[in-house]
Amino acid sequence: MNQMKILLLVCALVLAVPARAEKITVAAAADLKFAMDEIVTSFKQANVGDEVEVIYGSSGKFHTQIQQGAPYDLYFSADIAFPRALAKAGLAASEVRPYAFGRIVLWSATMDATQMTLESLLDDKITRLAIANPRHAPYGKRAEEALRAAGLWEKVESKLVYGENIAHTAQFVQSGNAQAGIIALALAVNPELAGKGGYWLIPDKLHEPLEQGFIITKRAEGSALAKRFAGYMGSKPARAVMTKYGFVLPGEGADSE
Amino acid sequence: MHLSDSDLQAIWLTIRLASIVTLILLLVGTPIAWWLARTKAWWKGPIGAVVALPLVLPPSVLGFYLLLGMGPNGPVGHLTEALGIGLLPFTFWGLVVASVFYSLPFMVQPLQSAFESIGERPLEAAATLRASPLDAFFTVALPLAWPGFLSASILTFAHTVGEFGVVLMIGGNIPGETRVASVQIYDHVEALEYMQAHNLAAVMLVFSFVVLLSIYAWRPTPKRGV
Repeated sequence: MNQMKILLLVCALVLAVPARAEKITVAAAADLKFAMDEIVTSFKQANVGDEVEVIYGSSGKFHTQIQQGAPYDLYFSADIAFPRALAKAGLAASEVRPYAFGRIVLWSATMDATQMTLESLLDDKITRLAIANPRHAPYGKRAEEALRAAGLWEKVESKLVYGENIAHTAQFVQSGNAQAGIIALALAVNPELAGKGGYWLIPDKLHEPLEQGFIITKRAEGSALAKRFAGYMGSKPARAVMTKYGFVLPGEGADSE
Repeated sequence: MHLSDSDLQAIWLTIRLASIVTLILLLVGTPIAWWLARTKAWWKGPIGAVVALPLVLPPSVLGFYLLLGMGPNGPVGHLTEALGIGLLPFTFWGLVVASVFYSLPFMVQPLQSAFESIGERPLEAAATLRASPLDAFFTVALPLAWPGFLSASILTFAHTVGEFGVVLMIGGNIPGETRVASVQIYDHVEALEYMQAHNLAAVMLVFSFVVLLSIYAWRPTPKRGV
């Protein structure tokens, strides 16, 4: 009988969802991992009681999931084309807002990448080069473009391994399984990764710009919190965090309205 | 229905992987299953639990440990590098090693129950006829347990075909090397190529159904041990 009471108590505790003000879920491209964590922390400090949950993954996957009705209130994509397509399909509750330009870097956890260039990838010591999958990951597409522009694609193709998204790609390098990788600057500047090997910024004239954009999704149309968070992205503290992580901010457009 | 060259390559790779893994597990899994079925040692329990772990572990856990373990700083990585094989992640043979772990219970458990259902008596009879234990295994246990071998092999093969999470974590998605059918489907979906995803997914669906059907249809009615 006692056990029954305990069981009931546990059930009651589990079911007793505290009545909170509001909660939003943000789907964010994996390159935002560190930057968005900081932005959300500072947003919560300024807006006590609001809940913002962030899920990181590949931009392409989120695009598919939102089409299929995934419960995300905001969608930050590493490629602005994805949210644009959603807006066109009537799945956005806001205009598509560009929030940053991404940069790619050559990074290694075992070698001093600051002394490298793309040509260094021909070195026999590098047997595996990790990039994000160019078929659906924006950072992978830009990595392929840069390698092609440098005339190296055919020469390094046999060394390539493909990460599912840019964070997965970084993990291949971090674990030492790939000696080098082309990842997002936003990840490489994080202390956890920057402490090892260092990075070399790949000149942005070698690839198309990585224009990134976000939308409020249709399901969050009436959410005041979603609107406030979207506005916060253009605020000074948020922009400072983005700059700190190596994102180039659009001159205008991301300013709060 | 149209399958592209890269789809066919992925299917072929998947079949090759599943066949090799099934063969290896027949060799490795049989003695383990035999021992588990016959032993009365106290550590039968712990060993059985270890064998069954991949049944309950998320593939990401297995993939994570394999990636670190087979990497340049892991114990397996040190070993393979010392042997001059190089590192296993991102290679076909890395997938083979991972799949052997991943599919181990699917080989061992059906075999174990097949061996257990034979019981002691046929083997004791063989022993009284002066058959050595090895003799008894090959002439008595094997023929009696063949349905177990059949379903264990089919299950192992099918389970390896269905592998996804482990491959994603240690495969690196290399065409013709580690890009198996399940990963290829995932890529199609991510690239919004739903038609191609449909085609390959349909092939997998039909294949899986046929495999299961064959197991259920061929399973002989249990009449043994009388």
